Amino acid sequence: MNYLPLTETDRQAMLCDIGVQCFEDLVRVIPSALRVKDLNLPGGTSELELARELAELSAQNQPPSRCLSFLGGGYYDHFIPSVIHHILSRSEFYTAYTPYQAEASQGTLQTVFEYQSMIAELTGMDVSNASNYDGASAAAEAVLLALRHTGRKKILCAQTLHPEYRQTIQTYCSGSHFKVVEIPYDSRGGLDKARLSAEIDSDTAGFIAGTPNFFGLAEDFSGIAQQLREAGALFILSVNPLSLGILKSPGEWGADIAVGEGQPLGIPMSYGGPGLGFFAVKRDLIRKIPGRLVGMTQDRNGKRCFALTLQAREQHIRREKAGSNICTNHALLALAASVYLSVMGREGLKKTAEYNVKSAVYLREHIRQIPGFEIVFGGTIFNEFVIRSTQKSSAEILKNLQNKNILGGLELARFYPELANCILVCATETKTKAELDRLVEALRSNQ
Amino acid sequence: MIERREFLMTHTVSLIFEKSKEGKQGWSLPCNHFSDVEIHSLVEANLLRRVHPQLPSVSEPEIVRHYVTLSQKNFSVDTHFYPLGSCTMKYNPKLNEDAARLEGFAKIHPYQPEDTVQGMLHLLYDLEQSLREITGMDRFTLQPAAGAHGELCGMMLVKAYHDGRGDKARTEVIVPDSSHGTNPASAALFGFTVLTVKSDARGRVDLSELKKLAGPKTACLMLTNPNTFGLFEDEIREIQKCIHEAGGLLYYDGANMNALLGLARPGDMGFDIVHLNLHKTFSTPHGGGGPGAGPVGVKKKLIPYLPIPLVEQKNGTYFLNYDVPETIGRLRSFYGNVGMHVRAYTFIRRLGREGLAQASRDAILNANYIKKKIEKEFAVPHPEFCMHEFVAQAVHQNNLGVHATDIAKRLLDFGYHAPTIYFPLIVPEAMMIEPTESESKETLDSFIDVMNQIAREAVHFPDRLKQAPATLEISRPDDVAAARKPVLTYKDYLGAAHLHSEKPEPGTPCPC
Repeated sequence: MNYLPLTETDRQAMLCDIGVQCFEDLVRVIPSALRVKDLNLPGGTSELELARELAELSAQNQPPSRCLSFLGGGYYDHFIPSVIHHILSRSEFYTAYTPYQAEASQGTLQTVFEYQSMIAELTGMDVSNASNYDGASAAAEAVLLALRHTGRKKILCAQTLHPEYRQTIQTYCSGSHFKVVEIPYDSRGGLDKARLSAEIDSDTAGFIAGTPNFFGLAEDFSGIAQQLREAGALFILSVNPLSLGILKSPGEWGADIAVGEGQPLGIPMSYGGPGLGFFAVKRDLIRKIPGRLVGMTQDRNGKRCFALTLQAREQHIRREKAGSNICTNHALLALAASVYLSVMGREGLKKTAEYNVKSAVYLREHIRQIPGFEIVFGGTIFNEFVIRSTQKSSAEILKNLQNKNILGGLELARFYPELANCILVCATETKTKAELDRLVEALRSNQ
Repeated sequence: MIERREFLMTHTVSLIFEKSKEGKQGWSLPCNHFSDVEIHSLVEANLLRRVHPQLPSVSEPEIVRHYVTLSQKNFSVDTHFYPLGSCTMKYNPKLNEDAARLEGFAKIHPYQPEDTVQGMLHLLYDLEQSLREITGMDRFTLQPAAGAHGELCGMMLVKAYHDGRGDKARTEVIVPDSSHGTNPASAALFGFTVLTVKSDARGRVDLSELKKLAGPKTACLMLTNPNTFGLFEDEIREIQKCIHEAGGLLYYDGANMNALLGLARPGDMGFDIVHLNLHKTFSTPHGGGGPGAGPVGVKKKLIPYLPIPLVEQKNGTYFLNYDVPETIGRLRSFYGNVGMHVRAYTFIRRLGREGLAQASRDAILNANYIKKKIEKEFAVPHPEFCMHEFVAQAVHQNNLGVHATDIAKRLLDFGYHAPTIYFPLIVPEAMMIEPTESESKETLDSFIDVMNQIAREAVHFPDRLKQAPATLEISRPDDVAAARKPVLTYKDYLGAAHLHSEKPEPGTPCPC
């Protein structure tokens, strides 16, 4: 077996040095009734054969190179600069672990420090952690932070927050007697502010919303932060980090916590994971933030360096008194996001964000003109929007498109039953004008 | 005398922000087809960003050199022996990486119609079958993103199971005092009260203490087997009986599963819920701190509560099943860290039945070999054969004023990553050593020589240990100052006068 360096001679010599006859002597402590004879698994496969088999399995899937996809809804097909793949393939990064030994981990530590700096800049917050698992679990941890910080029992959650994030929040909150109250959307597809105001009370720990929301709309949160602050509640925003190239940041909206899914920042879609949960807070919440934090300090010779810090918040020290149980996080994807943001810089990020808006608006305005389709919600969008098919069922529309090798979007009824025959359509910078026109033509001929 | 190695670790690297200069760019984007459209006509003025993010402006070659240079400042499995106990830092096969990057796996969207992702679902389905067989469990969810996330999932399942039987009084979770910190943290996070059961003189769960704690309020016992001393809990059947008779469930923390492949199965030991760390036992890389993956397996009685969706198959067609009426719900978005699942699947298929068993056997042999060869110089709290890891103690050295941390730092000078130190918390001056199956006898012998040399240095030249590491770029960061005045971003740094004594290498600060 090419992954195992010991030779049979080595094994014998080592057993002999240990002072036993055979390997079995080392494991006699396991009661014989608990020993397994032989696992019912196939034998090993050679590298050549397995590579061929994996390529065959992979070929049974349709990546964007083999079909034109307008799917969004929390994960997006974006341009990934080549540099990212090459840096992530440095095995000094990907085969290391959590930088407990600072002297042997300055590379990872400095990249995490830079990542924290970039996320804080992007979100307009003071401090970012080293990463959470994904957007949904980051949102859930933000909610738990608010509940713990305020000692209250109620969380308000916009119904337009990603449905899978809402489900995750519900699951995380189900252990204790926490109440999650959903705030509906209004006729424009945005937050029903009157309902929000009515629900804020002295037991409200916080309010969480997403922007752009699940319908693709950039929300206007004017006045919300102040309302929540006066009630002693925290304001949590879940944002698409790429949209922050042009759209107002959580910091500018007055949020206390900013979370989100970092996948748009140079991370391949990989069927939904691993992505990147980012988590940033205002300064007064530093000691409540979940997960790893890297700080700059000096070594004993006064040299600038980096180390894990404020570890007294964490599970390996605090055990059951820790604020979070997170240990392994998504460091390598945080590195991907850092490299992406270094490559893009402020200008590249802005241009990419603008490209998304322009593509999506172009597509929306052309679909608007097709008989049999209507645009469900107006307003400012980032890279996706909702259309309704008024003549055929959305399932039929999508099936017909798929026959033309186009994945037309996501049916919303699976999450919002009231939005029957509605489709969430996404266009990013990866789509050419010709591809957008191809969808428009396909929809037109569908009717 | 062993010579110190020289490393490419002798100078500090400026921050990417300090390399920034107006006019430089790292990006290349296509000409916008819509450049005639003014963005202000598409986005309401009130929604536009006014305070712009201060991101660096750096060219591509500079970006590459920055990150590649930083990578060289890490110890990693591919460059160094990394015997970090309980973390299973084994070799991460390159075929795994190739597999995960195949376009048909890496580039597919989670909401694609199922008929366009059959190969992906097939792989996930087969991975689940293998994990069931390896652990002796009846069903798995692949969703949890890491071990601790799996533990949280487990706690949710425990609660759902008891609630489902109308048994609402079970509010307590028992953990051994040697358990991983995530165990009590996960239980507490989900609202359970945590009780700690002591270890006995043999380093196992104290059965008589456990019997006192177990009762009508017991929701579950979380146990690692082998435990964090590297010892097999040989009274597992009595433990199982005690917890089950009290009406509780038994949870298996799979962090140490690398000891048991093809040797014994948690399912056969009576565990009801199991999490596995694919980034430990199943060779997916640790990524400098993730991503990992923490699939959770259960016995039949807990299947109805598994998170949605489950991957299933009918007549050769694979699909996602959301119809799980009693499900605990969702733990995250989508289906799990699929990129890690592809790697773990590749590893299992590559090794197969015999390869997996041999991997665990070699892991156990390697650990016992090191233990035997250093136990003259270092105290070991439990002088019996260990499984895949063991705990040594720097207690002899303590009398000389040398601590576990000094030994750990001195190991870095010789090019070895340190063991896990000061864990388990209940062992003074603990050094937890886990070599894994990936190391050659030659590497183990060198490591042993160095450990024993360090023990002699502790006697004759204790200052060498106190001053270590002496060969790396930095030595002993001031953790106290770091926590007292946290500098967590570049912006913090610009305002932190106490850190400006040293001038970074030339570069222009970000002008934005």
